[in-house]
Parts: sequence; C-alpha cells; structure tokens
Amino acid sequence: MPLDRWRGVFHNYANSSFIELLRRESPHLMPGAAPGAADAPPEAPPHGTTVLSVRYRDGVVMAGDRQAVAGFQVASRRIEKIFKADEYSGVGIAGAAGPATEMAKLFQTELEHYEKVEGENLSLEGKANRLSQMIRMNLPAAMQGLVVVPIFAGFDEKAGTGRLFKYDITGGRYEETNYDAQGSGSKDARDALKKLWKRDMGREEALRAALEALIDAADEDVGTGGPDLVRGIFPSVKTITRSGFQDVPDDEVRRACEAILADRTRQADGS
Amino acid sequence: MPLPYYVSPEQMMKDKAEYARKGIARGRSTVTLECADGILLVAENPSTLLHKISEIYDRIAFAGVGKYNEFENLRIAGIRHADVKGYSYSRGDVTAKALANAYSQALGNIFTQDIKPFEVEVLVAEVAESNGGRNEIYHILYDGTIEDEHDYAAMGGQAEEIRRFLKDHYGEGLSLADALQLGVRALTVTQNKSLTERDLEVAVLDRTKTRRKFRRIPMEALGQLLGTAR
Repeated sequence: MPLDRWRGVFHNYANSSFIELLRRESPHLMPGAAPGAADAPPEAPPHGTTVLSVRYRDGVVMAGDRQAVAGFQVASRRIEKIFKADEYSGVGIAGAAGPATEMAKLFQTELEHYEKVEGENLSLEGKANRLSQMIRMNLPAAMQGLVVVPIFAGFDEKAGTGRLFKYDITGGRYEETNYDAQGSGSKDARDALKKLWKRDMGREEALRAALEALIDAADEDVGTGGPDLVRGIFPSVKTITRSGFQDVPDDEVRRACEAILADRTRQADGS
Repeated sequence: MPLPYYVSPEQMMKDKAEYARKGIARGRSTVTLECADGILLVAENPSTLLHKISEIYDRIAFAGVGKYNEFENLRIAGIRHADVKGYSYSRGDVTAKALANAYSQALGNIFTQDIKPFEVEVLVAEVAESNGGRNEIYHILYDGTIEDEHDYAAMGGQAEEIRRFLKDHYGEGLSLADALQLGVRALTVTQNKSLTERDLEVAVLDRTKTRRKFRRIPMEALGQLLGTAR
C-alpha cells in the first residue's frame, strides 16, 4: 500500500547499518555459529592471546603479541591482533582467531558504512555499543568454544581524551579508566600495568609500559609470544590520538624491546 | 472498467525524457576534472549539509544532479553495493564499472517501467592506483544511458555549455588549484555572477592518500586554493 511505502522509511532506522544490510540481503555472509553444530569443534582452532590498551597523555596505546596457538602448538607467529576500526579507534582481538578476525573486519565495514551513508562518524560511545552488540551476536558460537572478547579503544573527539572498553562474552561492556588487557596472558599484563601506569604518561613512557606488560605476559603465559629476536618479530603497537590511528614503526618497537630486555638482563643475576 | 487511452510508445518515451530533462535543467551543475594527483569534483551547492558529492569506496566517488531525494537513494544503494561486494570478496574487487552498470540498469528500468522517471544524472569516478594508470569516469543519464568520459565531465542544466567551455580550456596534468579554478570558471560560464567558496562543494579523489582516497576540501582550504589560483 502506498501509505506503508513511505512510512517504512521512518521505521527502517537501521538504514545506516552494514550488519542489518547483510542480515536482510545476504544472510549467508553473516558470521556466527553454523546452525545444527551444537558441539565444540573437534580440534581447538587457533587462539589469539594477549592484547592490551593503555591510556596516556595524548590518547591511547594499543598493543598485542603476534602469536596464535592451537592447543599446545604455535599456529602463527605473525598474526595481527590490533586492527584499525576507523580513523579514531582500534580494536584488539583475543580468543578464537578466525571469528575474531572476521568480527574485526565486519566492525570496520560497519563503521565505514555508517560514516559514508550518514556523512559523519559515530560517537566513540556509539562505536563501543555497536561492538558490544556484535559480541552478543557471537554468543551461540561462544557457547561452542569460539569465544571472542575484544578490547576497544579510541580517541574521543568530544571529550578530547583517550578511552578504552573491555567486554565479556555476553556482550557486556565496561569502560576502564586507565588500562586493561585481554586474552590468556591478560592477568600478567594487567598486573604489570598496575605497577607501571602513571597519570599523564608521555608517549615514550606509555609505549614502554605496554611492551613491559607484554613481555611479562609472554614470560608467564605459554600462549603469549615474546619479542622474537631471531626472526625479527615484535609486538604490534598502535597509538590513537587527536591526529588519528597510527602504527608505531617496527624499528621503534624493536629498540624499545631491546632496551627492556637489556635492562632485565642487567638486573637478573640468576633469578 | 474504462479502457486507458492509447499512447504510442514513442510518444510516451518522448514525454518522459522531456519531463526528466526539464527537472534536471532546473538544478545547478557539477563538473568533474582529471588533475595531476587524481580526480576533482566541483558542484555548485550552497548547502554544506546536503551533499551532491560523496564517497562510495576506497577509490570511488559519486556525484549527482537533479532531484535530491532521488540521487540520494541511488547514492546509498551504491554504498551498499560496494560495501557488500568488498566484504564478501576483497576491497580491490570493487570497481566503478560494475557500479556504473548497476546504476545504468536501475535508471533504465525506472525510465521504462515507472510512470515518473528519475530526474537525475549521476557520475561514478574511480581514480587509478598509480600515476600512470587510467582514471575511469562514468556518466549515467536519467534513462540509463551510460557514457565513459575522459579528462572532464559535466552534468546538470548547463552541461552542454560547460562541456564546450572545457573542451577549449582543459589541458592535461593540471594542479589541484588550477583544476579547481577551471572548474569554477566552467560552472559560471552561463551565469554572470561569480562563485565563492560559500557556493561550492568540492571533493577530490586524491591518489596520494592511502586506502580511502576521497577527501572533501573544507571551506577555508577552498578559499585558499581559489585565492592562490586567482
């Protein structure tokens, strides 16, 4: 009926959402549990391990180790766990690597789609909520063992500060004020950050704290990979500030790692 | 039930085309120019919120003239097409050609099947990845006619005159400021007023940017660019 045709425009409030578009028009592309598969997969799929985020003076630092494990085997030494979500935010993934990477990709597309259709960005709060809904969507898969728990951080342009959010498997969203870590080595990383975090840290200091925490996590947790000097693989580190999402160059990360390891070698007399 | 009046197909198409052309002619024009670092899109548009030019995908931009609600619908449909395609295959597989074909099909179907044709013309531009590569510019008319254009393109009420002006004045390898100035002069070719940055909406597909090449030029920067070229 013609009347319904124009009214639909107002009801269709999900017009700017890419996820709703997929659900409506290409449901086969939606990530999530395959219907009928009720049990956990026979073999453990690769899992990403430790990611963390630290707030500092200019914004936030996000960092993650580069290892994925499947059971007691290394599945990948070079996996990337920190993704640019959009110009002012990033998402760090921990948990089942496949669904987690897919979720990050879908989240990126969702934010970009919204931005293009609406002509402006979602607020940081809006982005964090959207991610929480996506994690809730993954709950059936999580019940089968494919748990995805990201960490979301970004620069809030309105507040002029960095903010970070952690999640649980049901999509629960909790804002953390200063730092947080997620994944199998997260407890150790958090413990390290608890001692290292200071108010108003500069970039250098925040970078060092993040790397120290990752190295501690790699020390204590078998799943987390430390800096690999032989192959030249180092944690991936990003900063998100007023000037956007930026990679910390590999060289800088390597120098910082080497400095930390040198300090520890000096201090550790047989401990 | 009374029988509808018979109207010959020729007459019906002619009437529809005339109707669409009249609608488009009422609106302001848009020009697109290839320049040294990409593709420049310039629209006469005093609104800073209702856009005629928009980003579709990494290297693809959209411009529309005519009835706003109609080309806005087409714009969103284009973004959906591109995002779904890029998500299911890869970002590199999203092309202006496929999108332009989709627009052509859609407008062609609307023109022949609906009582009222769309009063719009749209343009899809894709900037080449590298400096030597070919840019692509597709111009789609209200009846689904599709043309691929080189160097420059014009749409809207004064398109004919603008095209004639650009034919005489366009040269390859223009800098951004020169291309902008030429575009603005082209837009005013049939009017005896001059356009300032307040009357313009300008965006560029900037090859030097990483991944998302689309960049709007804000009003202050526009004033500066127009100033340096003056």
